[in-house]
Amino acid sequence: MADTAVSRPSAGSFVVPFRRWTGVGLPTLALLVMLAIIFWIRPAAMSYFGFTLLFKLAIPLVFAALAQMLVVMLGDIDLANGAFVGLITCVSAVYLADQPLVAIAIYLLLIASYAGVGLLIHTRQLPSIVVTLGLSFIWLGLAVMVLPAPGGQAPAWLSAFVGWRPPLLPLPLWLAAAAALAAHLVVSRSSIGAVLRGAGANPRAVERSGWSVLAIRVCVYAASGFLAILAGLLLTGLTTSGDANIAPAYTLLGVGAVILGGGAFTGGIVSPVGTVIGAMTLALAGSLLSFLQVPSTWQIGSQGFILFLVLAGRVLLGEKPS
Amino acid sequence: MTTRRLPLPAPWTYGFLFALAMWIATTAYAGIGSAGATLSSAIVFGAFSVVVGTGQMFVIASGPGNIDLSIPSVLTLSAYVSMTAMGGRDDLVLVGLLAALAVGAAAGALNFLAITLLRLPPIIATLAWSFIFQSFAFNFGGEATLKPPSLLSQFAVWRVAGIQVMPLAVILVTVAAAVALRRSVWGRQLLAVGQSEPAAAFAGIPVKRVRLTAYVLCSTMAGLAAFLLAGFTGGAALNMGDAYLLESIAVVVLGGTSIAGGQANAVGIWGAALFFNLMATMLNTFGIEVGVRLVLTGVLIILVVAVVPRGRTG
Repeated sequence: MADTAVSRPSAGSFVVPFRRWTGVGLPTLALLVMLAIIFWIRPAAMSYFGFTLLFKLAIPLVFAALAQMLVVMLGDIDLANGAFVGLITCVSAVYLADQPLVAIAIYLLLIASYAGVGLLIHTRQLPSIVVTLGLSFIWLGLAVMVLPAPGGQAPAWLSAFVGWRPPLLPLPLWLAAAAALAAHLVVSRSSIGAVLRGAGANPRAVERSGWSVLAIRVCVYAASGFLAILAGLLLTGLTTSGDANIAPAYTLLGVGAVILGGGAFTGGIVSPVGTVIGAMTLALAGSLLSFLQVPSTWQIGSQGFILFLVLAGRVLLGEKPS
Repeated sequence: MTTRRLPLPAPWTYGFLFALAMWIATTAYAGIGSAGATLSSAIVFGAFSVVVGTGQMFVIASGPGNIDLSIPSVLTLSAYVSMTAMGGRDDLVLVGLLAALAVGAAAGALNFLAITLLRLPPIIATLAWSFIFQSFAFNFGGEATLKPPSLLSQFAVWRVAGIQVMPLAVILVTVAAAVALRRSVWGRQLLAVGQSEPAAAFAGIPVKRVRLTAYVLCSTMAGLAAFLLAGFTGGAALNMGDAYLLESIAVVVLGGTSIAGGQANAVGIWGAALFFNLMATMLNTFGIEVGVRLVLTGVLIILVVAVVPRGRTG
């Protein structure tokens, strides 16, 4: 892990596997504990159908969190992620069923504009936090223009896909595992992944070894847009309609999932597997409380509490988060 | 004619320049008669953005990565607690103000504790607290809107000789913040910490105490804004703080404060806040539909950050 070594030369070789362990291990532990409580209260939930219900709504968040993770990997942050997912649900609910080519053209255009944002942030050296903040207004405005009031209709094949019951495991778990594995292979295991993380941790070194950090940023932003589109599509399938204001919480929950999964804002330190598990943990924190029959008014607070609990675990285990 | 290039205006003046342009455009469209009303309403609404923005400025100036995402939920929670404390009674207005400020101060201290004790990035610490504060507000007020006492409502729109008092009070807050940044020991220490934490620590500056003060001030300002806003809009409501998450950051950055910390401008926040509100008025006056209005707002924010020169790159 060249990037960790570069940013923390004095840390010693023990820290790297340890960090990787706590990054993935702690949210996994939190997830298992929550599942245990739920199954203890409602043993019936421990079934194919129960798992489907519990994790159904976590899946769009998983993809939104991975999109956020790519941006955080470069040391940036995307405050427009949730508004963008909302826009995708609107576009999908309005165009995808009847005019699929129009919908696909819009998706491609949106991926291109994500790439354009990466270009703008890099060339003008702008703080990503402010640019994406402005961008959140643009996405929300476009969504309202496409679909002024919640509604529309998800294409039948999309609703059918999210309702599909694959063998062995429920669909949400298959999707989460596939997303985690694919992202892990690309970001954490491949040689290009090392360069990508390096571009966040030490852009000058990557530049000097012959890579264009500009090109990397443009590509990573485009990939982030692509993942956010997947999140929007899955969400459209689940809710069978579009809504400009459906997912503003995804922005911050996504950031929370990245950090929960062992990522850091310093750039270059992210864990795809941790992010996926972090997103599922945060999504499950909400439903756990309804199993405990705690009023729904405490649900959002419980997500904050889980964030603290897991991150406090990291400190107790002696890691020094950045 | 001289060919010498004009020096570029200072970054913090751009907000005022853009605000002026919006005001002129609105007036040109709607007629000179509405110019005064346009400006005075922008000043009143801008005042709320300035209060939360000034707090956010202290936090952002305290170093790279420092930001307070809990402002909206602190604002909502303080408003609920304050309205409950007053129970609509005029004689308890001071108690209500103190309650709002106390909730704010406590929230700021909790934010900073989470940042130092759990060694969390400020974005995550303030985010997690904001979820928790939000739940508190839900449970405190529920869906109902809690009414303010009539004395507070009157103060929010009180005019002396045709001049609104509330924005004037906020201007005094801005002056105090500007003086504190430039002249007070704490202000100088804050900027020093923001520029380089290790250097500030070597110079004997109590880094933690300086940052703690910044976070406490920020949340206390959110409490103050909650108190005034509840008086102005007729009570505490669950979504009253929502708009101030993005706006508090935007007015600070457009106001000439570096997102990387170590450099702050309190007066520029007024320019940025006026720009935001006059822009909204202008797009309203033009009768543009809400979607296009949001898109133009976003484009203008990005345009302003992209064109304003920065002394220090973020």
